[in-house]
Amino acid sequence: MSGHFQEGEIETLMNMFKTAFLALSLVAAPAAALAQETAPAAPAEAAAAPAVLEAATNAAEAAPAFPAAKPVPGIGQPVDGALGIQPQVTKIGEEALWMHDWLLMPIMVAMSVLVLFLLFWVAARYRAKANPVASKTSHHTLIEVIWTLVPVLILVGIAIPSISLLAKQFKPAPEGAITLKAIGNQWNWSYEYPDHGIEFTANMLTDEQAKAAGEPRLLGVDNRIVLPVGVPVKLLTTASDVIHSWAVPAFWIKLDAVPGRTNETSFTIEKPGVYYGQCSELCGDRHAFMPIAVEAVSPEQFQAWVKSKGGKMPAEKAAEEAAAKAAADAANAANAAAAANAANAAAPANATEAAPAAANATNAAAAATGN
Amino acid sequence: MTDIAATPSEFQAAHAHDHHDADHKPAFFARWFMSTNHKDIGTLYLIFAILAGIIGGAISGLMRLELAEPGIQYLEHWAAMQGGDGLHLWNALITAHGLIMVFFLVMPAMIGGFGNWFVPIMIGAPDMAFPRMNNISFWLLIPAFTLLLGSAFVSGGTGPGSGTGWTVYAPLSTSGSPGAATDMAILALHLAGASSILGAINFITTIFNMRAPGMTLHKMPLFAWSVLITAFLLLLALPVLAAAITMLLTDRNFGTAFFDAAGGGDPILYQHLFWFFGHPEVYIMILPGFGIVSHIISTFSKKPIFGYLGMAYAMVAIGVVGFVVWAHHMFTIGMDVNTKMYFTAATMVIAVPTGIKIFSWIATMWGGSLSFKTPMMWALGFIFMFTVGGVTGVLLANGGIDNYMHDTYYVVAHFHYVLSLGAVFALFAGFYYWFAKMWGKNYNEFLGQVHFWVFFIGVNVLFFPMHFLGLQGMPRRYPDYPDGFAYWNEVASIGYAIMAGSMVIFFVNVIWSLIAGSKAQDNPWGEGATTLEWTLSSPPPYHQFETLPRVD
Ligand SMILES: [Cu+2]
Repeated sequence: MSGHFQEGEIETLMNMFKTAFLALSLVAAPAAALAQETAPAAPAEAAAAPAVLEAATNAAEAAPAFPAAKPVPGIGQPVDGALGIQPQVTKIGEEALWMHDWLLMPIMVAMSVLVLFLLFWVAARYRAKANPVASKTSHHTLIEVIWTLVPVLILVGIAIPSISLLAKQFKPAPEGAITLKAIGNQWNWSYEYPDHGIEFTANMLTDEQAKAAGEPRLLGVDNRIVLPVGVPVKLLTTASDVIHSWAVPAFWIKLDAVPGRTNETSFTIEKPGVYYGQCSELCGDRHAFMPIAVEAVSPEQFQAWVKSKGGKMPAEKAAEEAAAKAAADAANAANAAAAANAANAAAPANATEAAPAAANATNAAAAATGN
Repeated sequence: MTDIAATPSEFQAAHAHDHHDADHKPAFFARWFMSTNHKDIGTLYLIFAILAGIIGGAISGLMRLELAEPGIQYLEHWAAMQGGDGLHLWNALITAHGLIMVFFLVMPAMIGGFGNWFVPIMIGAPDMAFPRMNNISFWLLIPAFTLLLGSAFVSGGTGPGSGTGWTVYAPLSTSGSPGAATDMAILALHLAGASSILGAINFITTIFNMRAPGMTLHKMPLFAWSVLITAFLLLLALPVLAAAITMLLTDRNFGTAFFDAAGGGDPILYQHLFWFFGHPEVYIMILPGFGIVSHIISTFSKKPIFGYLGMAYAMVAIGVVGFVVWAHHMFTIGMDVNTKMYFTAATMVIAVPTGIKIFSWIATMWGGSLSFKTPMMWALGFIFMFTVGGVTGVLLANGGIDNYMHDTYYVVAHFHYVLSLGAVFALFAGFYYWFAKMWGKNYNEFLGQVHFWVFFIGVNVLFFPMHFLGLQGMPRRYPDYPDGFAYWNEVASIGYAIMAGSMVIFFVNVIWSLIAGSKAQDNPWGEGATTLEWTLSSPPPYHQFETLPRVD
């Protein structure tokens, strides 16, 4: 891969330039990629740089398996014998859960209990023995108006928060959201992170594999989706054959994957953990066997995962593109000299650690720009 | 109107040498295979619906057996017997269960069975307006059902039978389902739909033109009202289904691309067309039940129905609004926010007329003198179970909430509460209510009560836990599920067994009562039963109302 480079002095200067640029961009990456802050890299983040660089180094050199988190019983998966909704880990999920538990459930229970009570009441009070002669009443305008208008008011009371919940659910993902594209296939999901250059397919683990991996049966997959907590995710769904539906109960998300169209929604995971879902539109024989597994991790771990998958953080990618452009310009010797100065000035404090990392990153960049 | 009353008796006089009473019946073959008599056709419909219900119910038994515990225990063995794949067999089972229960149990029993039997009698008519069309309506169901059952022996992909689900969504039903089974299932729907459209035309014409003198629309019994509204829903909704499934057929066989995105079509268009039919369809299944329950509540309270006009126009409102709420079945397709808000709000509107009906039934009982005979028990069970299914329906109407429940067991629980515990309770209520009238024998009251209580317990144990499964996220149409869903699935399967046991009691009661039941009076229910069928003998004469009754 490094064979793309020509021998010579200019090349050395170019390498130094790129090294410096990549070192800088990696320092800035956590902030820029995750869009938490628009401010430039702060000193505190610069201090964290070596650790990130180290992770990047390891990933680039050995690409070790990303250490998958263990699922926690009761979180992100069903609990045997449970009665209610799974714990929610997104804002929209929490709000919807609140509406379900504290608005809709009380109304539903109250209405059902009212009807049941009235049935028991009339059955006891007006049974033939207690009331041998029936009245002939068949109209009562006031009560008819009441039982028309009161339900109208109750429904308006439901509709208002319901409509506002919908408006929130349809808020488009903000700038800098991570794009995750889920493509339903008979019978697995393939995923793309277009901003990170990652693509993979997730197949369900067999019962034996799941047992060995400590995964719940029918929910574990060979390739989890990994997403950072606290960062908005823009979910796109589509399908390659028939309609599927991408659903994770803990996120309150269910979005059909329809061939020929791309659907979009967004959510932000608030808590790290492993969350499972299952295909939710009948899609043929193995409809029950194309689960969804999402692992939510810290932004730092997410970066490490991106590396382990051979992808790049968007800022890093942008930096590479800039570097590639600069490399072309570097044919100009004067510019190259200036760049060398810049490289010296910008080199991180821990130069000994940064150097190999930068070299490796440069190679990777070269591979990428070589296409 | 005065001369109408005279006409039938003149007709009678002219043919007096043919028969000396109204009970002259044709020979067996002519009577049952070439029938033009609304009561005989109603009986044929009821027998057909019971047979179809046994098959559809047995299929759900296979499903509950497989779902009783996690893992796949039986499907592969069953599939091996028919030479197919176990997972395909599962999809064939859910498809057949849905189609049979909707098109071959509830609709034929409600409209074809009780509608045929009692609408002409209740409005004081001698028969249906088009007796021969009535006959073809019934006989179209036979090839329809034969096609559907036959599809179970024809390839539908990796095994015999159509595995598309009763909704037949494209492209699973087009490019996703090779083999003739799905074509056969679609043609079965065509024939069943044609049967229903002809029946609907017949009911509308009969009710508009053949009411007895003095029976204005505003004096018409609520069951006739319910069938009239249902007939309009059928007439307006079924052609849309016919168009949609015809396009499926041409997409499948003739290279069109109505629902194929690659050819410029749209899979979502199919869903819009299907649910434009499908939502009115759920009211088609439940409205006649509303009518039946109204009569039973009134009869056993010895009181006229409370708020009669409100009851009739609440059904009209449900029918009308039922046509503009269809996309609440499609909240997760990726529709835009305004559409989703509209369908959320419109769907909730239906709760208002439904609430009017529930409260009016209770008000009918209020101040009454109640007896709790078997039909009344079923009607009371209907009111409560339908309320439970109704309130979960209001929950599901919220598009933002439904994202969670959509296509989970919560939805399965909801529609079984309104159908299996709503429509089916109404069917049993009507069957017991009119048993003596139809067959001239009394059913056994004790067995009827036992049947009710065991069935009531069984279906609640069967379907209530499905709410919990849905809230925990269990998707529909799954032959196997994660172990976290095991407990409530086992409970549900036990509930099925209880329900199935109650059906044994039902059939014992029916067979025993038909053979050895005591002779029925004309009106076994007393002063509360005021509609015209109770003025006739039990069973009614082969031709009733040769002199039209007058309604004040
Ligand atoms: Cu799928």
